[in-house]
Amino acid sequence: MAKVTLVVNGRTVSGECEDRMLLVHFIREKLGLTGTHVGCDTTQCGACVVHMDGRSVKSCSILAVQASGSTVTTIEGLAPQGELHPVQAAFKEHHGLQCGFCTPGMVMTAVDMINHHGGNLDEASIRAGLEGNICRCTGYHNIVKAVLAADAEMAGAGRRQAAE
Amino acid sequence: MGVEGIGARVARKEDKRFLTGKGRYTDDMVVPGMKHACFVRSPHAHAKIRGIDASAAKAMPGVIDVLDGKQLQADGIGNLICGWMIHSKDGSPMKMGAWRPLAVDTVRYVGDAVAIVVADSAVEARDAAEAVEVDYEELPAVTEVLATLEPGAPQLHPEAPGNLIFDWQLGDPEATDRAIASAAHVTEVDIVNNRLSPNAMEPRATLGIYDAAEDHYTCYTTSQNPHVARLVMSAFYNVAPENKLRVIAPDVGGGFGSKIFIYPEEIVCLWASKKTGVPVKWTSDRTEAFLTDAHGRDHVSKVKMAFDADHRIIGLKVDTIANLGAYMSLFSSCVPTYLYATLLSGQYDIPAIHANVRTVYTNTAPVDAYRGAGRPEATYLLERTMEIAARELGMSPAELRRKNFIRSFPHQTPVIMNYDAGDYEASLNAAMQAADWSGFAERRAQSEARGRKRGIGMSCYIEACGLAPSSAVGSLGAGVGLWESAEVRVNAVGTIEVFTGSHSHGQGHETTFAQVVADRLGVPIDSINIVHGDTDKVQMGMGTYGSRSGAVGMSAVVKALDKVEAKAKKIAAHLMEADESDIVVENGELKVAGTDKTLPWPQVALAAYTAHNLPSGMEPGLKESAFYDPSNFTFPAGCYIAEVEVDPETGETDIVQFVAADDFGNIINPMIVEGQVHGGLAQGIGQALLEGVHYDPETGQLLTASYMDYTMPRADDLPSFKLSHQNTPCPNNPLGVKGCGEAGAIGSPPALINAITDAIGHDRLAMPATPMKVWHALHAAH
Amino acid sequence: MYATDYHRASSVQEAVNLLSSRPVGKYLAGGMTLIATMKQRLAAPSDLVDLRHIPDLKGIAVEGRKVRIGAATPHSDVAGSAALQAVCPAICHLAGRIGDPHVRHMGTIGGSIANNDPAADYPAVVLGLGATVVTDRRSIPADDFFTGLFETALEEGEMITAVTFEAPEKAGYAKFDNPASRFAMAGVFVSRGADGVRVAVTGAGADGVFRHNGMEAALASSWSSDALANIAVDSAGMLSDLHADAEYRANLVKVMAKRAMAAAG
Repeated sequence: MAKVTLVVNGRTVSGECEDRMLLVHFIREKLGLTGTHVGCDTTQCGACVVHMDGRSVKSCSILAVQASGSTVTTIEGLAPQGELHPVQAAFKEHHGLQCGFCTPGMVMTAVDMINHHGGNLDEASIRAGLEGNICRCTGYHNIVKAVLAADAEMAGAGRRQAAE
Repeated sequence: MGVEGIGARVARKEDKRFLTGKGRYTDDMVVPGMKHACFVRSPHAHAKIRGIDASAAKAMPGVIDVLDGKQLQADGIGNLICGWMIHSKDGSPMKMGAWRPLAVDTVRYVGDAVAIVVADSAVEARDAAEAVEVDYEELPAVTEVLATLEPGAPQLHPEAPGNLIFDWQLGDPEATDRAIASAAHVTEVDIVNNRLSPNAMEPRATLGIYDAAEDHYTCYTTSQNPHVARLVMSAFYNVAPENKLRVIAPDVGGGFGSKIFIYPEEIVCLWASKKTGVPVKWTSDRTEAFLTDAHGRDHVSKVKMAFDADHRIIGLKVDTIANLGAYMSLFSSCVPTYLYATLLSGQYDIPAIHANVRTVYTNTAPVDAYRGAGRPEATYLLERTMEIAARELGMSPAELRRKNFIRSFPHQTPVIMNYDAGDYEASLNAAMQAADWSGFAERRAQSEARGRKRGIGMSCYIEACGLAPSSAVGSLGAGVGLWESAEVRVNAVGTIEVFTGSHSHGQGHETTFAQVVADRLGVPIDSINIVHGDTDKVQMGMGTYGSRSGAVGMSAVVKALDKVEAKAKKIAAHLMEADESDIVVENGELKVAGTDKTLPWPQVALAAYTAHNLPSGMEPGLKESAFYDPSNFTFPAGCYIAEVEVDPETGETDIVQFVAADDFGNIINPMIVEGQVHGGLAQGIGQALLEGVHYDPETGQLLTASYMDYTMPRADDLPSFKLSHQNTPCPNNPLGVKGCGEAGAIGSPPALINAITDAIGHDRLAMPATPMKVWHALHAAH
Repeated sequence: MYATDYHRASSVQEAVNLLSSRPVGKYLAGGMTLIATMKQRLAAPSDLVDLRHIPDLKGIAVEGRKVRIGAATPHSDVAGSAALQAVCPAICHLAGRIGDPHVRHMGTIGGSIANNDPAADYPAVVLGLGATVVTDRRSIPADDFFTGLFETALEEGEMITAVTFEAPEKAGYAKFDNPASRFAMAGVFVSRGADGVRVAVTGAGADGVFRHNGMEAALASSWSSDALANIAVDSAGMLSDLHADAEYRANLVKVMAKRAMAAAG
């Protein structure tokens, strides 16, 4: 058994688990944060994407104990309670989700993409950046639109901030 | 159209919970005392079970119990059934082999469930499942349709000699043969429709809870139709009577058909919960999903299409063999028959059609409805044949289609369907214009200059959806009626709850159904809640599949709204001392036409519940229910055009543009309809270019059991799509809607293959057109 | 996943000591292959020794033309390194196309080459640059390192600490993905440097990554795509599966070699 301590969505949390427990199961079962999903078993679908120490990772392919000591953001921690992050808002505005199952991973991926490559994303770079996330509902058309819109919105907000 | 009414692009009410991680899917459910299940599954495609020794597994850490098929059978749990009776052309009923929820003496495909392990945690259950020793005697296996019909092929079920389930026909064989004999030209094509795995991103899951004190069961499950699940589990599987069984399908992460059916796991987990005294949850992993979710398609066909000298189609003959896998799944029999052969007239006026369909058993996962279900198979067959015919006849593909379009409605086809409305040329013209068809030659020349091969292809599809008039499907063998139910409950404060038997698993019912109510009553959609997916809340329902939620489910809501509105008007007339016929509903108020007398909804609702001053003899309350049984199918149709560039060095296909022109009748929410088309297109393009289930023909092992080998369409495989809508409203339902959920998957595969074969210059190419296959096809051409 | 015991090392020596005292231990770097394999129950190490927290294993150092990449450096760091981009952009391009963004944030160069998956990208660059694999106990030339499918010259308990190489004058990489897994179905790395021309092929060979002598000879006499025109790539010895049979793979090797040359300039 391992003791795992993480900062999740700004809060320090600890729990005991088997060494073989995956981070995604720790998040879902020990922390009750069920927004992070499991859609495959070969590290491909991206439904489990969270941010660990500021970068997107697949929480299904990391042991919880491996992550111990790191800072994790899940879909539940992206925006204050009741509010939507600009990427979440863009997904709603542009109908970038249907069944919602891949959505948390998609949103966390898009946020990472914009955080690190924002301001000059285009359709091709967004599609390439979504390589690790599979959606079966939307055909990606509206996801791409949503990420483009969020990128423009966030870059605009950045420029506005810089100007102030 | 109001900002929230019919036709408005309303952002979805349900999105916030999904976007913030607050969706509640079956695997998210946790109840006190809950334990976890793992199924012991056959590693063999075909084997006898000599014995099962679970003693070592039972002794492992965390294990509560291991239960097998003999125990299940002893407790009287019934076999899984196919709910649609098909008779062979000799009059004999289909030959349904026994499908036990847990195999007792024989396993018939890799993944067939043999036992269930219940343990404290999912990993402990899996550890123990590996320790269950099943003594198998391996038998030879067969996976392909032609092989399974061979004399001497391994036999799957004693009930079905020769592995033949039925040999069925539709249409007029003699008239069709005469047409072919007299034809000026006959196009003959062999068509294979590749086998697919639906791959909803949420794997199937179920949580069975038995309450011994009440002798009551609750089943959380990933279902598109919880009421059908309850009905079938009660009536056929003897799990529990309906009043003792509650089925809840909470948020469901996509279905595409695969979550219509009742699978062994729901039944076994409910039974296991009673046996072990603990709630039992099972969640599939992706490999289990590939092994055990019902697959789709898998047809092999021979086609003859006969033309007269003027290039009019005079006859169509189709001989199809459909693979139903190891067992007959719930609706497996109707997919390659009444959902397939009935669409073989396509958009064309064909005087004589004959379809012969044989269905067969193989040592593969059961095959059942997957997005489109029968109609993609019909469309692919027909639209590939039309394209090849146009090439043989030296005609443009558009002109051959135009010449043969049905132009007056209603139109009775020779294969049951009566098309009610349509304008096929309008969609064809819109698609060709959007695709700049006339500029293709120039674009092709530019591609050639860059060393690329460019091709363009079209597909004119029709589908039948909105299943379906109950009496009609009843006469064709359906075991259930296919109406839908709704209840509109106006609360005392004027807010509204709508209870529908349709189920939303991505389609956006919580928004579109609310739009219908908002449009009718003029109340804001935020005051309307759509309730679905729980047999304890919703009176009854047939669920969501076959693009039926709009045409059938919403129509039921409209019928209930009719009753609510009528009663509200009576109350308002009484309160305002006006004539009932003078009351109009506008902007959330009931008004006396031509006066300034008005009552807001909440006041009318309150009056209905206080009942202090109601018209004489009127019951208190404002809550009405309705059942709607459609009078016909609806017939969405459209034209899709794909343009591709093939890299001759690698065989890679790049979709340069994809145009979809669809006629869905009236549209409730264009944004959501477009989303449905996008998703359907992605699955159709997936079928055409990427996806295919492969079994090893010798061993019956599934070769595509994960995303390492089964190619799911990813964002960089697809283009953005160009969409347009034409509109001939459906005359047979109150909203004039047709159905849009499956069109994309139905219409797109032939457009792609027509485009690629145009690029490579010959027609010897089967789906999926992977880079390797296209490269080989290019080489074969030289 | 079967039960396993996790250990976190903070130095190379600690990691080596930890592993040597365990029955069937494995080093855990990014885990992008190892954890996935364990989840499938295809690997069952009794112990895992995590290398991600060893400072010495991280980082990219470029001094003149000499490059050292710490074994635990994730792919995304290699892809985004300005220093590397200046001397060997081909390795940045290659690293930026491994797996997907999330995998690149975790997966490491050391983990990749230690695993020597026949469809992995990094073996192609290590072999194609004639790099040196530095371990806790020795330096192994790339030509001696890759010994077969999933097999390397690493001894029991030996740990890769870095990959070093001399930046080439010219280098390029092109690959064709498996449509499903997105691993390389054929990936070709070409380079021209002080020690001559090298052509390394991954994804295609039944024995894993290999050098293509015919192409090397052709490019040594004339460094141009055209020099490859008459090279025959033999389909014997190629992998064959659902997505690419041997004949198609052989074709892809040649096409990717030409494209790698075009990228190399």
